Amino acid sequence: MTKHFLEIDNLARRFPAKQGELTVFEHASFGIDKGKFVCIIGHSGCGKSTIMNVLAGLDTPTEGHVFMDGREVSGPSLDRGVVFQNYSLLPWLTALQNVTFGVQARWPNWSKEQVREHSYKYLDMVGLGGGAELRKPAQLSGGMRQRVSIARAFAIEPKLLLLDEPFGALDALTRGTIQEELLKICDATNQTVFMITHDVDEAILLADRILLMTNGPHARIAESVKVDIDHPRDRSSIIHDPGYYPIRNHLVDFLVRRSKELSGAVAPETDAQAAGAHPKIVNPAADATAGNTSAEHSAA
Amino acid sequence: MLQSLNVRATLVSLVMLVVLLGIWELANQAPAADKPLTEYEMLMGGADQEARVPPPSAVIDLAVDELSNPFYDAGPNDKGIGIQLAYSVYRVLAGYLLAALIAIPIGFLIGMSPLMYKALNPFIQVLRPISPLAWMPLALFIIKDSEASSIFVIFICSIWPMLINTAFGVAGVRRDWVNVARTHELSALKTAFAVILPAAAPTILTGMRISIGIAWLVIVAAEMLVGGTGIGYYVWNEWNNLDLTSVIFSILMIGLVGMLLDLALSAATRLVQYQE
Ligand SMILES: Nc1ncnc2c1ncn2[C@@H]1O[C@H](COP(=O)(O)OP(=O)(O)OP(=O)(O)O)[C@@H](O)[C@H]1O
Ligand SMILES: [Mg+2]
Repeated sequence: MTKHFLEIDNLARRFPAKQGELTVFEHASFGIDKGKFVCIIGHSGCGKSTIMNVLAGLDTPTEGHVFMDGREVSGPSLDRGVVFQNYSLLPWLTALQNVTFGVQARWPNWSKEQVREHSYKYLDMVGLGGGAELRKPAQLSGGMRQRVSIARAFAIEPKLLLLDEPFGALDALTRGTIQEELLKICDATNQTVFMITHDVDEAILLADRILLMTNGPHARIAESVKVDIDHPRDRSSIIHDPGYYPIRNHLVDFLVRRSKELSGAVAPETDAQAAGAHPKIVNPAADATAGNTSAEHSAA
Repeated sequence: MLQSLNVRATLVSLVMLVVLLGIWELANQAPAADKPLTEYEMLMGGADQEARVPPPSAVIDLAVDELSNPFYDAGPNDKGIGIQLAYSVYRVLAGYLLAALIAIPIGFLIGMSPLMYKALNPFIQVLRPISPLAWMPLALFIIKDSEASSIFVIFICSIWPMLINTAFGVAGVRRDWVNVARTHELSALKTAFAVILPAAAPTILTGMRISIGIAWLVIVAAEMLVGGTGIGYYVWNEWNNLDLTSVIFSILMIGLVGMLLDLALSAATRLVQYQE
């Protein structure tokens, strides 16, 4: 049954609550192919981080299974690099040591010099150097901490990157640079990425597919939106792609209106999903060129 | 600003010291000769001689005298203050390090395992409030050596704060940091040393600092009981000699050494402190 690189099968996570149970999300089924970039979008508190913890192997699902490379995920692994939402840097280590911590764990036989060099490569990639890497996290700004955390996850070169709002605390300029850097790495190394974001434009720039999550509790993955825009992409030209605005409008419409309408426990149209089916695939870009709704920007 | 605050604080301290010593000195002058002795006082042979606390000038004289040759050894009842203090410090450190050697690993275990915490908690709750000196007779009976017994008493009194703080610190390590270790597939041993120990170190060191304070309090009492050597024995011996000047001098030395021990531990705590 495992045809995708990452296969999520009818996942649910419930927490014990005062009265009964709190179902954060349920009936989540989807797959990610090797080398694909998948973003998940949903309102705050709908359970995105909870899903990611399960994928990372840090949390066990109440129902369902996760398979990676044909094997069930039953615990954390160096094959899955995680950028946590709150950075999770070790405060008694410097930024550089936080990165070498990961590199040493990944390649225990490397020499000190090798570890250092490799760590600096990734610190440079996120634009941290020139002395800042020798400071402790408490002496860094929020954005700098986030970049250290990104460097740590990228430096171990995992098969799957799990990113929880990795660019949330960055200014537009740094965010743009790192996004482009990430695109380059993914195109060059065929990196598989699962990323949580709140930023619609970021999702369109980076993702091959965007999963839309309804509001919690009882959140579900309602749709899988195909981002039908050719690679390589870059920030300045992507907005001129005919598919860009149809996709963007579809996402915004979902976040503003439909995420709430679709929320709640088992809705009638999700009976199919309750049985473990994958979310409905939509392709707003193709729909738009076929002459459907919201074609006003496609002329650009 | 801070500098001037420090300077001013030092000045105020000095003024207070001078005023205090002045009052003490003046209050303990020999009574004027114009007051004739009462019959009772004559009977007691001038009782005021003993009732008077020695003035600071006498204590300072003695201090200069003692500290100019702190390590002389003229028989069991006449050793320099340095030797006596060294005995006490040696016992404190021996008992204390032994306690650390046991308390920190066990504290780790308790902190990591809720089962061990629940299992060991009743023992800790009963044993902890026992005055360390209450162990003395039992220790003397079993160990049959006064030296080892006082080390045991130090051991038993300094083990609790270290044990409890280690367990508390280890149990309170942030979940996120443990998750970092888990996602990097660190072994249990590596996690303990690379993540949990540094994370809990400030709490552990705080426990060690409390312990050394208690150990230094207890050693004086233990040595008074056991006798032989040490600063506690010295105080008691000088009291029996009715040499109050020496008693006051040794009290000050106890305070000074206790402060140095505390300073050493607070410096170590600063070394492992981190900012979140
Ligand atoms: N350990 C837990 N016990 C009980 N409830 C939890 C636990 N962890 C998370 N939740 C609940 O699960 C829901 C989803 O939390 P989660 O952190 O996954 O949200 P999120 O989608 O990542 O939100 P954000 O975008 O703000 O990060 C929240 O309502 C939260 O209260
Ligand atoms: Mg989250």
